[in-house]
Amino acid sequence: MTIAPLVEQELLRPGSLEEAVEAFGDGSNVTVLGGGTILMPEFTAGRVPAGRVMVLTGAGIDRLTNDGGTLHIGAAVRVAELEDAPEPLGSAARSVADVEIRAQATVGGNLCAPRGSAFPRGDLQAALIALGAQVRSAGAGGERTEPVEEFLPRREGRLVLGVEAETAGRRGAWASLDRPHTHSYTPLAVAAAIGPDGELRIAAGGVGAHAVRLPFAERAGVAATGSEALADVELADDALASAWYRQRMLPVLVRRALSQLEEQA
Amino acid sequence: MNLTVNGAEYELASPPLASLLYALREEIGITSAKAGCQQGGCGTCTVLIDGQPRRACLTPLLTVDGASVQTVEGLGDADNLSPVQAAFYEHYAAQCGFCTAGMIMAATALVERKAGATREDVLDALGGHFCRCTGYVKIVEAVVAAAAGEVDTARPDPQDEAGEPEVVIPGSPA
Repeated sequence: MTIAPLVEQELLRPGSLEEAVEAFGDGSNVTVLGGGTILMPEFTAGRVPAGRVMVLTGAGIDRLTNDGGTLHIGAAVRVAELEDAPEPLGSAARSVADVEIRAQATVGGNLCAPRGSAFPRGDLQAALIALGAQVRSAGAGGERTEPVEEFLPRREGRLVLGVEAETAGRRGAWASLDRPHTHSYTPLAVAAAIGPDGELRIAAGGVGAHAVRLPFAERAGVAATGSEALADVELADDALASAWYRQRMLPVLVRRALSQLEEQA
Repeated sequence: MNLTVNGAEYELASPPLASLLYALREEIGITSAKAGCQQGGCGTCTVLIDGQPRRACLTPLLTVDGASVQTVEGLGDADNLSPVQAAFYEHYAAQCGFCTAGMIMAATALVERKAGATREDVLDALGGHFCRCTGYVKIVEAVVAAAAGEVDTARPDPQDEAGEPEVVIPGSPA
């Protein structure tokens, strides 16, 4: 690994996953630069001081493989590489921003991006939750692997290393509101999937700091009306949509996603 | 850090976390890539990095060490326009010109990747590029024409065109 000391910067360039984990340490006093789509504007505008920055390019965590129906997604895999992934991940990936942004933004960044100044981020999260994906991360206390929905509320100080999803025999569906414009994050989206054992998983994105699972809606099954999901989330106003609007649209999107699953059956 | 831009090699002194856009504009002096929003949201800084369209404003310089960058200056010149440039000329697809370089680079990547690209392909490829003048109709027509090969890259010399074009406006005083 080369470390280039700069006037006010220390640049960490790990050459392997192990070096990245070591350089990240407990996550304090280090800024992780993946694709750069979120951080570069912050650096350019001086809102985030560059300080001690770890660059993931070259750390060898950018591989995407499909191993007998299990999708292994390295943290630095680009969103564009998931456009043909099994549903609902493919639809979620295709709906992110534009061609150029999708080619640059990474999966790790999508999972770790903090809530924006006025809107939720992380448009792949709901799809990954619906697929039952597991995140492997490093940080204080060592490495751990956990479901995406458990990782998201306690992602602070974690370095995402990769995501795994078993997609064999799983059917998925995606329903989302149109975005105000290309570069907007989704105001509200619902991802649903049924596993080979019949387990139904439903998640919503655009609902707060990160995507969440919808257990009440899941318990109602594919015949749910959709309104069950209102017990699962606390919806808020932000720059993209009002809580009032989201309350009316969440059941509609849940129902649309479940209807897709019914039609596939 | 080293960069090949439009075929010329540069050794750069910009900070490693500066954007490619900063290096192009402030160090090398290539200004076709515009510093529009500098948040990745407008498309005007789009250049080709190893042939792929990317936002120069979002690209940390150190991640493109050794790469080959192409900007609109590296396409055709006034006498030999590239197919996309010629199509923009023929279809009146530029107005103020601020978004044009980014549009042309994204369109060039599309046309090279997919001959015969449809209107939907063009809308997808240019989806992140904002034009605040023309309303996109002429731009999309131009790129569809370029993808279909329906373009004359030999730009007519205005000197060769005979006289003033006759303009007849019905009802107007002669």
